[in-house]
Amino acid sequence: MSQNTLFDKVWDLHKVSSLPGGSDQIFIGLHLIHEVTSPQAFGALKDKNLKVKFPDRTVATVDHIVPTENQSRPFKDNLAEQMIETLEKNCLEHKIRFFNIGSGNQGIVHVVAPELGLTQPGMTIACGDSHTSTHGAFGSIAFGIGTSQVRDVLATQTIAMNKLKVRQIWCENKLSKGVYAKDLVLHIINALGVKAGVGFAYEFAGPAIDELSMEERMTICNMSIEGGARCGYINPDEKTFSYIKNKLCSPKNENWDKALTWWKSLKSDENSIYDDVIKIDASKVEPTVTWGITPGQSISINQQIPLLDDLSPNDKLVAKEAYEYMSFKPGQLIKDTPVDVCFIGSCTNGRISDLRIAAKVLKDKKVSKNVKAFVVPGSEKVANEAKQEGIDQIFKDSGFQWREPGCSMCLAMNSDKLIGNQVSASSSNRNFKGRQGSPSGRTLLMSPAMVAAAAINGKVSDVREFIN
Amino acid sequence: MKTIFIPPIGKISNVNGQCISLIGNDIDTDRIIPARFLKCVNFDSLGESVFEDDRRTLKGKHPFDLEENKNASILVVNSNFGCGSSREHAPQALMRWGIKAIIGESFADIFYSNCIAIGIPCFTLPKKSIEEIQNYCDNQSLLLKIDLKNSLAKSKDLNLNLEIKESSRKMFLSGEWDATSTLLDNKNLIDNKFNQLPYIKFNTNFL
Repeated sequence: MSQNTLFDKVWDLHKVSSLPGGSDQIFIGLHLIHEVTSPQAFGALKDKNLKVKFPDRTVATVDHIVPTENQSRPFKDNLAEQMIETLEKNCLEHKIRFFNIGSGNQGIVHVVAPELGLTQPGMTIACGDSHTSTHGAFGSIAFGIGTSQVRDVLATQTIAMNKLKVRQIWCENKLSKGVYAKDLVLHIINALGVKAGVGFAYEFAGPAIDELSMEERMTICNMSIEGGARCGYINPDEKTFSYIKNKLCSPKNENWDKALTWWKSLKSDENSIYDDVIKIDASKVEPTVTWGITPGQSISINQQIPLLDDLSPNDKLVAKEAYEYMSFKPGQLIKDTPVDVCFIGSCTNGRISDLRIAAKVLKDKKVSKNVKAFVVPGSEKVANEAKQEGIDQIFKDSGFQWREPGCSMCLAMNSDKLIGNQVSASSSNRNFKGRQGSPSGRTLLMSPAMVAAAAINGKVSDVREFIN
Repeated sequence: MKTIFIPPIGKISNVNGQCISLIGNDIDTDRIIPARFLKCVNFDSLGESVFEDDRRTLKGKHPFDLEENKNASILVVNSNFGCGSSREHAPQALMRWGIKAIIGESFADIFYSNCIAIGIPCFTLPKKSIEEIQNYCDNQSLLLKIDLKNSLAKSKDLNLNLEIKESSRKMFLSGEWDATSTLLDNKNLIDNKFNQLPYIKFNTNFL
């Protein structure tokens, strides 16, 4: 059993009681909600005649269903309009702060909370969305929950949960040029498998992690769940603190000093005990692309799609399914695979640094005629920052469509969808069957820089050939 | 959907029903209920859309479309079932189709919690036993009687020692799987915790 890790410390701090069945009752410091997984929870409160216990501890935004072209109200899609109206009504009724479209702070919930300074070290954070693990980048313990647990957090600010085991993923050395956080996390998921994290929190540590910016760390923690880990985190350091400083909701003046003192005391002890430790050599990671239907099915840009015989018995069943669905032949190179759609965005890679890197690749280049390319900033703040820096113009000049913020084609709940069996080069997090809106659509996950390179060449390309 | 849906309530100590086998590892929640069906403000009509895209692809040959499975209520799956999105819509859709319990090699964490929270017990068995059950289901109807008190499942030919997290088993037997009221019982402890947390005090700018 783990001891003295950051996870243990934050868990113990938030433990309200041991429940009769053996699970723990855990206090949730920050609760984030959005339009998709909250309406039924508010409905259940009404049915049970319960109130929101601490309305100040819940913050709302709208992201999954928002259109990215025309955001004028009412939305063209009646169901989407009904969902945003329901959220507006629930927030108003329960006095929950809501960052709506046009507020300047709307966007993907996992982009918005950090940029507002809401996400802080040592907190427990829950949201009805599996990518809540993103917030672990700040040394918080953050995890996705379902709607019944959203109801429980609203009603009690606590949930019932079994304590997770802790696996440290120690990343040695540094990433090479043209290799990004996305490549590293895809590499880790491939090395450990998509279910290795079940029952675990992942602590990402080591020189390669220390080196990463806060936004890169968010990309890593974001995809913990794709490796099966509900929660992923990184011990906070100076980069964490300076990211939070002077944000809208961050502590100010003497409160900042108090916060800093406490945050600095929060990290895994040197003699912490982990349930498991894995070492990864970051210098060996290359630009990585998925070829299959799980985020674990990835290879380096110059590798061949694995043969069935090269895979472990447990991986063969899904590999067979993947070859068929993706129309790939075992042994085929992933490089030069033609792509139809290029998507840059999502809670994994829709932040300003992601857009900057992609824009650098795209500058003075044109998107291939055969490709539909679009970029969806992660938030209104990201969009505004990009406009100030002229990045939007670089995207537009290259042939990318510049859209309004939201989740968009990561999960295709709005009108941004693949058509038929189109192949998408995507900076998002899931390549599941049908994930991007067409039941036969095919997704290749990669870093935003690699998406930009694919857009230019009209096929999967090595971004290192673009950056010298 | 076969009959009017009645959600489970209170103690759950037995689940009796016919098994339905669904073969495949890493079956994610996007496949269980594709995202376009999440555009709803209640769960009522999800049952008919469960596995919509997989079913359409298989044109009537998906296990959830086979006539012999129409009354099944115990789903038998392989490894990492329910991975991906936290959408509770996935177990809600299964439940509204008629699933009352799931037996599998392993489950994704959030999916498992969601099942517990809505009253669907999930049990695990080793890969070999699951495959045996799935083979059996291919050839004939398998009626199982699951006894949560003893973690046993019986049919006329099989005796299975099911595994389930002890905390989940206890919650089903006591009825506390519907956690809200149990959590609310500790109202004072919750208030104390709120008052003790360091960051509540220095986050006067929080909102």
